[in-house]
Amino acid sequence: MPEHLFTSGHTACSGCGQSLAARLVIDTAGPNTIVVNNTGCLEVFSTKYPESAWQVPWVHSLFENAAAVASGVEAALKYLGTKDTINIIAQAGDGGTADIGLQALSGMLERGHDILYVCYDNEAYMNTGVQRSGLTPFDANTTTSPIGNNSKGNPRPKKPLPEIALAHGIPYVATASVGFPQDIQRKVKKALSIKGPKYMQIHVPCPLGWRHEPQLTYAIAKLAVETGLYPLVEFENGVKSARQIKPKPVEEYLKTQARFKHLINNPEELKRVQAVADSNIERYNLKLQ
Amino acid sequence: MFGPLICKPGSSKNNKTGSWRVEVKPKFLQKNCIACKMCLVICPEACITGNEKNTYICDYQYCKGCGNCAAICPKQDIVMIKEDSKE
Repeated sequence: MPEHLFTSGHTACSGCGQSLAARLVIDTAGPNTIVVNNTGCLEVFSTKYPESAWQVPWVHSLFENAAAVASGVEAALKYLGTKDTINIIAQAGDGGTADIGLQALSGMLERGHDILYVCYDNEAYMNTGVQRSGLTPFDANTTTSPIGNNSKGNPRPKKPLPEIALAHGIPYVATASVGFPQDIQRKVKKALSIKGPKYMQIHVPCPLGWRHEPQLTYAIAKLAVETGLYPLVEFENGVKSARQIKPKPVEEYLKTQARFKHLINNPEELKRVQAVADSNIERYNLKLQ
Repeated sequence: MFGPLICKPGSSKNNKTGSWRVEVKPKFLQKNCIACKMCLVICPEACITGNEKNTYICDYQYCKGCGNCAAICPKQDIVMIKEDSKE
């Protein structure tokens, strides 16, 4: 059996979706890869000094600049003339991508560096204790959007980051989910075969922050896709293709996690979350014909 | 600390995270396995090995007992058993 490029012994929580997605990405990319990491859960649990779970060159600098450091790595490899044989992956969590690192990401996409940027979207700042981020979904209970008499959780919808990346006119944008692991492998392979900046966003359940049982990681990620709350779409040179689903009611997804517990006996709020799913389904034409 | 901190690749293997398991651990029955590899693909710890039917097994030194392998197995060939059972 081939050795994994992301090894055992990292200190992620039991059932962590991010560690699973990170391993799928790096195993698919292969050993000729340089990884640049933002600060975040992934950086902290995979490289507990003096140990590292990575079997490939791996760089961490700051919270906001994985995309900028990766741009520098790419420019250096271009100068050395070895860029064509080496893949560069910049990766970050959702906070490091959508909020703190957005400027560096936008610069990377605009300058046209040949880099695959992977965002592991666990929908809040999990490393520092579940604070709301730009990618936190509507009505989720986090420590900075708590529920109460006048609050039903996060009041704002999820930031449409794949579309922000797409607006830069880059050749490849995709969303993926650990509920469909082969789909992640296929998309990484495809992305690395394309020259230019690529953006990928992977939905990764977090048992600690979403408050679900660790054995449900896979099932919950799958339900998010099947309810239409996390559409799996792919834009190749702007041409859209999406995974078709038979939409399930959003309750099935929401009731699995304690961060949405306050919605279950609240039909009004459920309707609003269902409206989010419905608008996704309509927008990306997800319904199986 | 200033300057680069460099550590050996894959050195996290020194970290025996198997001691994190509290209640349950997976048991690979190795009876109806069809070698679909889904347990190997889904394991967040990357501690499952095997390549043919009925040969898949996890490394209990690293397994944190999350139970995703048992949840994903299409043949129910992996079951979660109590940590202190004698099997």
